Amino acid sequence: MAASMKGDFVDNLGKVYGIYVGGFAGFVVLMMIFTALGVPDRVILWAYMGATIGIYAFIGIMSRTSAVSEYYVAGRRVPAIYNGMATGADWMSGASFVGMAGTLFVLGYDGLAFVLGWTGGYVLVAVLLAPYLRKFGAYTVPDFLGTRYGGNTARFVGILVLFACSFTYVTAQIYASGIIASQFLGIDFNYAVFAGLAGILVCSMLGGMRAVTWTQVAQYIVLIVAYLLPAIWMSTVRTGVPIPQLMYGTVLSDIGAYEQLLGVAQSHVAPFTNMSPMDYFFLIFCLMVGTASLPHILMRFFTTPTVREARKSVGWSLFFIFLLYFTAPAYAAFSKYNLMDLFVNSPDYLLPYTAIPAWMIEWGAIQGHQLVTICGIKAESVMAIQAACEAKGHVGGFPYGELRLNNDMIVLSTPSIAGMPIWVVGLVGAGGFAAALSTADGLLLAIANALSHDIYYKMINPQADTKTRLTIAKVLLVIVAVAAALLAQTKPSDILSMVAWAFSIAGAGLFAPLVMGVWWSRTTNAGAISGMIAGFGVTMVYLLGSKYGLFIGEPWGEGAWFGVKSISSGIFGIPVAFAVTYVVSLMTPEPSEEMQEFVNNLRMPSGGTMIEQTA
Amino acid sequence: MAKQITPEVGRAHWAKTRNLMFTTLGVWAFFSFFIHFFAIPMNALVLFGFPLGYYMAAQGSLIIFVLLIFWFCSKQNQIDEEFGVAED
Repeated sequence: MAASMKGDFVDNLGKVYGIYVGGFAGFVVLMMIFTALGVPDRVILWAYMGATIGIYAFIGIMSRTSAVSEYYVAGRRVPAIYNGMATGADWMSGASFVGMAGTLFVLGYDGLAFVLGWTGGYVLVAVLLAPYLRKFGAYTVPDFLGTRYGGNTARFVGILVLFACSFTYVTAQIYASGIIASQFLGIDFNYAVFAGLAGILVCSMLGGMRAVTWTQVAQYIVLIVAYLLPAIWMSTVRTGVPIPQLMYGTVLSDIGAYEQLLGVAQSHVAPFTNMSPMDYFFLIFCLMVGTASLPHILMRFFTTPTVREARKSVGWSLFFIFLLYFTAPAYAAFSKYNLMDLFVNSPDYLLPYTAIPAWMIEWGAIQGHQLVTICGIKAESVMAIQAACEAKGHVGGFPYGELRLNNDMIVLSTPSIAGMPIWVVGLVGAGGFAAALSTADGLLLAIANALSHDIYYKMINPQADTKTRLTIAKVLLVIVAVAAALLAQTKPSDILSMVAWAFSIAGAGLFAPLVMGVWWSRTTNAGAISGMIAGFGVTMVYLLGSKYGLFIGEPWGEGAWFGVKSISSGIFGIPVAFAVTYVVSLMTPEPSEEMQEFVNNLRMPSGGTMIEQTA
Repeated sequence: MAKQITPEVGRAHWAKTRNLMFTTLGVWAFFSFFIHFFAIPMNALVLFGFPLGYYMAAQGSLIIFVLLIFWFCSKQNQIDEEFGVAED
């Protein structure tokens, strides 16, 4: 039964997801009708959350499995285009969905470092890594390192790096899902975190990679529709043409004119006003190399049927990611224009206290966060705002320059700022939730699989039977998820700010051994292991030293070494990893004949996967 | 395995693959970094409201990346087929 089910499913993907898209569209139309009928907002928001989590749970339960290769690599039967969508959802985190347009709104041109950095890395994945890792046939990234570099030392160092970059990241995703759930469901954050956790576990626990793959495809569809719709809406209202990505050029010109009127010194389109050129290019480099090293992304390319499909699926992944990332700058421009318009159309360009829009107070008053700042204070009430602004000498109203919006609220609040109905607001919430859940699932699997496959099965108990291995894998998944949720519940600001470090950590620790393992057959075990430790070590020393100081003494602060920002600390670790790997490899005896043969074989697409996974 | 691949064929295949890698990464580096060095002067040119320097970072380079990967895939497939190492 289960076997014929899954065969039917992969054969009928087009039909299954066609029905799904139709059903989703029907649901959105139903919410439109509810809105028109005057159904309370709260009911519509709960319906969005309930319906989307329900469908993910349904897919997750239908995809449950007791086969090891299904659990770890979805049976290697995921076609390139679907793997592309799943990678898109895996990649675009709560932060991309919620924060990217906000960052571009605030930073203007300089924010584009994130857009470039988070897309260009896929070229590295396609050319340098994905086809070879697929050919090898590993279940996890440390599995490749362990086999190529002679055993458990390399495997273990790989797991350490994986853990360092993925655990803070998954904590942040659970945190983000909790924030979104609490915002939209109106429940306490402490409970909302566990709503998020439940949403994550139903997708991944029963079916591992197989379940995560098919829910991620579903989540990608929700998140991309939720992202595009408000941008298309704003573009249509403003220009009459529903293609925001083409039309925001005119809006950029209008923003330029408004900046003159409102006395904004920093132009939205001018490069290098918030970051120096060095910061900008270092950041792009670290994000790109980090992208090509994050285990939860690389492992997605283990699931395609062939090496050829693995390459092509990197192209599809980037295409689906591109759809969101080339919309984000348009989103930011339309939102910024709408906000500036409010001030330009006010007398003397001062927004009167009597005309403060309701959304500013609603978002400003949210407990525990400072999302809207006016005249230097949290925007909790009109009276408080007026008092603070009058103290600064603004009579009758306040200027644009006194308004600060938190990056993270731009996307979630834009529908209400632009006056869109509640069914759009609910859709955007469901999209942000889908983005956070799908990334959390990918990360969680990457961590739990490394623990169960690499530590338990390969290092502790190679005799374990299939059933034990899968039970251990599922138990570890739940333990890691609950640990991350408990940590997220404490709102650990330190942990959350460390997420940006994940790219530098992954790049410094994993990029060199992975790339050189394929591209330079002379790379020795000792070379790779010392390169990983050196790259990872240098980056961690810089990161921890900048923030906390090392064991003794004060934190060094930002830019301690040559003015490099901590987010770009991979700029030290990545070259160090390559250099140390190279030098130590030359100092140690050549790898064995078998290993050189192994590398040659790795480079040939033909001949099937190289390691036979048991069961 | 149906046929054995001789070391010579393997080396020739890898040499071509490596050249393709360098070409692809050359284009990648050009559109990731080099072109954006000139963002300020390029911004002087405004097309459909987009300053060119801004456009290249917000959209232009991204489109190139997507096309570049698909181009790379088709080239690599040609190489694999030429040397008879493609999958069946």
